[in-house]
Amino acid sequence: MLSWISANQEMIYIVVLMIFLGIEVIGRVPSVLHTPLMSGANAIHGVVIIGAIIVMGKAEQDNYLALSLGFLAVILGTLNVVGGFVVTDRMLEMFKKKKK
Amino acid sequence: MEFSILTLCYLIGSITFIIGLKMLSDPANARKGNLIAAAGMTIAIAGTIFLYESEGEKLHNYGWIFGGLVIGGIIGTLAAKKVQMTAMPEMVSLFNGMGGACAALISIIEFDHLVNDPVVVSHGHILIIFLGLVIGSVSFAGSVVAWGKLNGRFGDFSFRGQHIVNIFIFLLIVVSSAYAVITADTELNSNFLYGILFLSLLYGIFFVLPIGGADMPVVISLLNSFTGVAAACGGFLYDNKVMLTGGILVGAAGTLLTILMCKAMNRSLLNVLIGSFGASGAKSGSAKKEQGNYKEISLADAAVVMSYATKVMIVPGYGLAVAQAQHVCHDLEKVLTEKGVDVKYAIHPVAGRMPGHMNVLLAEADVSYDKLLEMEHANEEFPSTDVVLVLGANDVVNPAAKTDPSSPIYGMPILDVELAKTVIVNKRSMKPGYAGIENDLFFRPKTSMLFGDAKKVLQDLLSEIKNM
Repeated sequence: MLSWISANQEMIYIVVLMIFLGIEVIGRVPSVLHTPLMSGANAIHGVVIIGAIIVMGKAEQDNYLALSLGFLAVILGTLNVVGGFVVTDRMLEMFKKKKK
Repeated sequence: MEFSILTLCYLIGSITFIIGLKMLSDPANARKGNLIAAAGMTIAIAGTIFLYESEGEKLHNYGWIFGGLVIGGIIGTLAAKKVQMTAMPEMVSLFNGMGGACAALISIIEFDHLVNDPVVVSHGHILIIFLGLVIGSVSFAGSVVAWGKLNGRFGDFSFRGQHIVNIFIFLLIVVSSAYAVITADTELNSNFLYGILFLSLLYGIFFVLPIGGADMPVVISLLNSFTGVAAACGGFLYDNKVMLTGGILVGAAGTLLTILMCKAMNRSLLNVLIGSFGASGAKSGSAKKEQGNYKEISLADAAVVMSYATKVMIVPGYGLAVAQAQHVCHDLEKVLTEKGVDVKYAIHPVAGRMPGHMNVLLAEADVSYDKLLEMEHANEEFPSTDVVLVLGANDVVNPAAKTDPSSPIYGMPILDVELAKTVIVNKRSMKPGYAGIENDLFFRPKTSMLFGDAKKVLQDLLSEIKNM
C-alpha cells in the first residue's frame, strides 16, 4: 500500500489540491444558480467518458464482454457529457434573456 | 517526461473545467463558463481518441467508439433539447446516473482484464477498481430512483428498520470490498465483483427511496459529487490527469453545493438523509389533526381584489411549473401593472423542485429580473402587500415550518405570506404538497382558495380583469 502511495504521489497531490480548489471555486454561488451549477458540474464529471474510450480502444477483438460493456459505457458517458452540457446551456440561455 | 500533444490537451481540459466551474457560479458569465468547459471536454475527448497510446500501441475499435459517441450524442442532445423546463431536475439526475453507470462499467471491464490476464497488481489498484464500482453503481441506482421519484414513477417507500438494513448493506459492501482487496494478490474472483455490484445497486436504491421529494435536489447534488469521485477513480486507473482533476473538482464542488442547498433550506445534510425515516411517523400524526374549514373565492372576486390593490406579490411554486403557466403569469403581471398595481414575485430558494427552478421558469417568460424578490426581501415587503397570490406553492408557505416542531419541514425558512392583508391560494385540490403535510395556511381567516389548474385559472383571471 505504501509503495502504491509513493508510486502515485503526484496523483494524490492533485486530489488534495483539487478538493480545496473545488470548494474555493464555487464558494460564493448565489442560490439562483444552484441548479445550473449542479447541472454544469454533472456535465464535467462526464469526463469519465475518456476512461470508457480507453477501455473500448484497448479491448481485444474477441473479448465480447469488454466490447459490449465498453460500447455501452461509451454511449452512457457520451449521454452524460452531451446531455449535461446541452441541458445546462438551455437553463442558462434563459438567464441570458432577462439581462437585455 | 516526454512531451506529447495529448498531455497538452488534458492540461487544457483541466484548466477549462476549473475556469468553467468558476464562471458557472457567477450569473453574468455562467453560460460562457458552460461553453468553455464543453470546449475543453471536446479537446480532451478528441485528444484521447486520436492521440492516446498505451505501451506504444494506439487505440483500435474506432468503429465501436464512434458508434457509441454518435448514438450517445444524438440521444443526449435530443433528450436535453426536448425536455420541458419543469422536467429539468429529473433529466439532470438521469444524466448523472449514466455517468455513474459508465464509471462502474469501466471498473467491471478492468477487473475482467485482470482476471483473464494475471499480472502483478498492487492492492491500491484493486482498491481503486472497487471504489469506482461501488460509488459508480450507488450513484447510478440512486439517480435512477431520484429520476423516477421526481417524475412520479416511484412513490415514497420505506419500511421499519430500513436504516438498519441500509447500514448493514453498507458494512457488507465495505467488508467484502476490503476482503477482495486484501486477497487480491493471491486470487481474483469475479463472483465477488458481481456480488459487490449487486449490493451497491441495492444500496443506491434503498438509500434514495425513502427520501422525500422535496429533498430530492439535495440528493441529486450529493449523487452528482459521488459520480465525480467515481470518475476520478478512472483517472487513477489510467493515470489520466484530466479525469482525475475533473472528477475530484466535481466531487468537492458537488459536496459543497449539497451543503449550500441544505443551508438554503435551513437543514443539515444528516437531517435530510436520516430525517426521512422520522417523517413518515410525523406525517400520519399531523394528518389526523382536525383542520377546520377553508373558504373559496370566485374568479370575479379575485379579479376585483387584485386590480384594486396597490401591491400584489405572486408566490410561484411547482404547480405553476407543472401547468406551464409562466407566460400567462407574466401577462397577468403586465395587465395589473398597466392598472397601476405594483406586482412583484416572491421567490423561495427551494420553490419548485430545485433551487433556482422558479427563476429559470419566469426568466423563460421574460419576467424582468428586478421583479423577482429573494426570500428575505419578500418577507420584508409582505406587511405592506395587499394581495398575495400563491400559485401552486405549498410547503414554502406552510406556517408549520415555524410553529410545529413535529413537522418534517420544521425549521425551514418560509415566505411569511400571512403578513399581507389578503392571501389567495391557487391549488388544484386540497391535497397536501410534495412533503406530504397539511398546510394550516389554507384554513386561516385571511386565506381564500382558488381551485384549478394554474394556467387555466390565470387565463380566466386575466380575462376577468381585462373585462372590468
